[in-house]
Amino acid sequence: MFYREAGHFKDNYRADMATFPIREDRIGIITLLLIALVAIPLVHLAGIPPFAGDYFFNAILIPFLILAMAAIGLNLLAGYCGQISLGAGAFMGVGAYAAYNIAIRIPEMPLVLTFLLAGAVSALAGLAFGFPSLRIKGLYLAVATLAAQFFLDWAFLRMAWITNYSPSGSVSAPPLVFAGWHADTPVERYLVVLVFTIVVAWGASNLVRGNLGRQWMAIRDMDIAAEIIGIRPIQSKLTAFAISSFVLGLAGALWAFANLRSWEPYAFSIDRSFQLLFIVIIGGLGSIIGCFLGAAFILLLPLIVDAVPRWLSIPVPAGAGSNITLVVFGALILLTLIFEPHGLARIWGIAKHKLRRWPFPY
Amino acid sequence: MTVMSAPMTFAVPSLCSPHAVSSGTPTDHAGAAACCLLEIDRVSLRFGGIKALNDVSFDIRSGEIRAIIGPNGAGKTSMLNCINGFYRPSSGHIVFEGVRRTHTRPSIAARGGIARTFQNVALFKGMTVLDNIMTGRALKIRSGILKQLIRFGPALSEEIEHRRKVEEIIEFLEIQAIRKTPVGKLPYGLQKRVELGRALAMEPRLLLLDEPMAGMNLEEKEDMSRFIVEVNRTYRTTITLIEHDIGVVMNLSDRIVVLDHGCKIADGTPAEIKSNQQVIEAYLGVGG
Ligand SMILES: Nc1ncnc2c1ncn2[C@@H]1O[C@H](COP(=O)(O)OP(=O)(O)OP(=O)(O)O)[C@@H](O)[C@H]1O
Ligand SMILES: [Mg+2]
Repeated sequence: MFYREAGHFKDNYRADMATFPIREDRIGIITLLLIALVAIPLVHLAGIPPFAGDYFFNAILIPFLILAMAAIGLNLLAGYCGQISLGAGAFMGVGAYAAYNIAIRIPEMPLVLTFLLAGAVSALAGLAFGFPSLRIKGLYLAVATLAAQFFLDWAFLRMAWITNYSPSGSVSAPPLVFAGWHADTPVERYLVVLVFTIVVAWGASNLVRGNLGRQWMAIRDMDIAAEIIGIRPIQSKLTAFAISSFVLGLAGALWAFANLRSWEPYAFSIDRSFQLLFIVIIGGLGSIIGCFLGAAFILLLPLIVDAVPRWLSIPVPAGAGSNITLVVFGALILLTLIFEPHGLARIWGIAKHKLRRWPFPY
Repeated sequence: MTVMSAPMTFAVPSLCSPHAVSSGTPTDHAGAAACCLLEIDRVSLRFGGIKALNDVSFDIRSGEIRAIIGPNGAGKTSMLNCINGFYRPSSGHIVFEGVRRTHTRPSIAARGGIARTFQNVALFKGMTVLDNIMTGRALKIRSGILKQLIRFGPALSEEIEHRRKVEEIIEFLEIQAIRKTPVGKLPYGLQKRVELGRALAMEPRLLLLDEPMAGMNLEEKEDMSRFIVEVNRTYRTTITLIEHDIGVVMNLSDRIVVLDHGCKIADGTPAEIKSNQQVIEAYLGVGG
C-alpha cells in the first residue's frame, strides 16, 4: 500500500466518522466514480475496446451493478442483521412485477416514483414474510424464507393479473423514460443503473454506520444482550426485513426494466436467490464493498473458466464450461466458509494490512 | 480465625422461612422506603423441581454499592435475572422506583434505567469496542430511519454528540488504544471492561454487575474495583454486584446479601457479614 492510516490525525469526531476517513481512500473513490460516470461512457463513444460495443455493457456492467445492489439488500438482512434468507430472488421479482403493474396501469407516473413504489411493495412483502423470524432462527428461518420463495414463484406463474394476463407468462417492460429522456442504448441504461446503485450503496453505508445498523449487528451477534440494552428485537428485525426487501425490490425493478426488458417468471427463481447468497458469502457478510467484489467475481468467473482452457489450448467439450463453473463455485463457497467467512472484503483488508508492513513484517 | 456469634440473629437456614430473615440492618431502617431504589419482595423462582430462589426479600438503596454473595448455585445470577426481567419469578414482587411488578422484560427494564453485565461476557463479538459501547446509546438516539439514511445535518450532529459521550467512557475506562478493535480479539479482562462501558453508556440508575472480576488477575481486579467505586462516586449510580472474591466485596460494598441454596441467610454491612455464623458455615460447607 502506498498510504496508511498513520499520519492522518483527526481532531474531531466528524472527520473520524466520515464515510472514507482516509484522504487517499476519498481520492480513490472519487476517481472510481469519475471513471464510472464519465470516463467509461466517453471511452465507449471513442470506440476503444472493450467498451466499444454493447456487449460489455449488456453482459457485464449492467448486471454487475444491479446484482451488487441486490446483494446490498440481502447483505443488510443476512450479513448485518444475521437473518439468513433464501428468498432474495423472489423479492426482486416482487419489485419487478410491482413496477411492471404500476407502469402499465398508471403510465403517467414518473418512472423513478414507480421504482420507489415497487420497492415499497417489496418491503411490505418482506415484512409479511419476516414475521416468522420473530419466532425462529437459523436453519429454520432459512426454510421459512424458502417457503416465501416458492409461494412467490407460484404467484408469479399462476396469478394471471400479476403478468397482466399474458398467455405465456412472459412480459415486456415499458421503455425506460425519465422526464422525457429515453434511456434506450446500453450506455444510457448503464448510467441509469449506476446512479441508482451509487445512491443505494451510499444510503446503505450510512444506515449500517448509524444507530439502526448497530442494532442489527447487535441482534446478529447476541440477541439477548441486545435486548438488555433496550433494543427491541422485533422492531429491529422487521425493519431489516423491510429495508432489505425494499432494496431487493428496487434492484428487481431495474433488473426487469434496464437489464432484461422482457422476462419470464423463472427470472426470479430460487437460482437467483442462491446467486445473491453466493455473492454475499464470497464478497463478505456484513460488508458493502464486498457486495461489489462478490458481484464482479460471480460474473467474471464463468468468463475466466471459459477463457483459461482456450489460452492453454486445452480442449473442453461443449457445454462442460457451465458445469466447471458450478464446480468451481461450489468449491469456492466451501473454502470461503471454512477459511474466510468474511469473504473477499476481508481478504482485501488483509492484503492491505500485509502490504502496509511490507517489506518488514512483524 | 475466631468465630464470634453475630450481634443479631439472622435466619434458620434449613427452613428458610421469610419471616425469620431480617432485611437490612435494623438500626437504620427508618425512612428506608423513601431512599429505596429497588425492593425485592418475597421473590421465588422455580425450575421444575429446583428452587433457585426461595422467598428472598431485600432492598437496594439509592447510591449504595450492594453486593450479593453466596456459594456456587446459590441463586445470585437468578436474582439479577429476575430484577432485569430475564427470568420471571414464580411468586413475589419487585418494586423499582415505586413501581410494583411481578415481572418485567429486559427491554422494559433497560428503558427504566437498569443496566447489567453478564457472568460470561455478552458482547457483540463482530463489532468494534467503539460500536459496542455506542449500542449502549441505542435508546437515547432520536433520529429516525430517513435521517440516519442521509446521515447529514442533525442526524450526524446527534451521532457526534453520542460519540463524544462514548469517548468519555472510553477514556474513563482507559481503553482508548483498542477503540477500533473488534471485541472478539480482546483478552477476557478487557472484554469485561468493555461490557462495563456498554452498560455505563446507558447512563443507568441501577447497574447490575455479575462477577465483574471473575478470571482476572490482581491488577485487573484493582482496576475494575477502582472503576466501580468511581462510577458510584462520580455519577451516584447505584450498583449491585455479585462477586466471589470476598476481599473485594468487603472493601467495595456498603451492604451485603448472602444467598445459599436460593435462600437469604444474611444481610448486613461487611462487618456484620464477616462475623455471621451461618455465612461462615455456608462458605465452609458445614451448614444446612
Ligand atoms: N435457566 C435455568 N434452567 C434451569 N435451572 C437453572 C437455570 N438458571 C439457573 N438454574 C439453577 O438455579 C440455581 C441457581 O443458579 P444461579 O446461576 O443463579 O447460581 P449462581 O449463584 O449465580 O452461581 P455461580 O456462582 O456459579 O454463578 C442452580 O441450581 C442452577 O442450576
Ligand atoms: Mg452466577
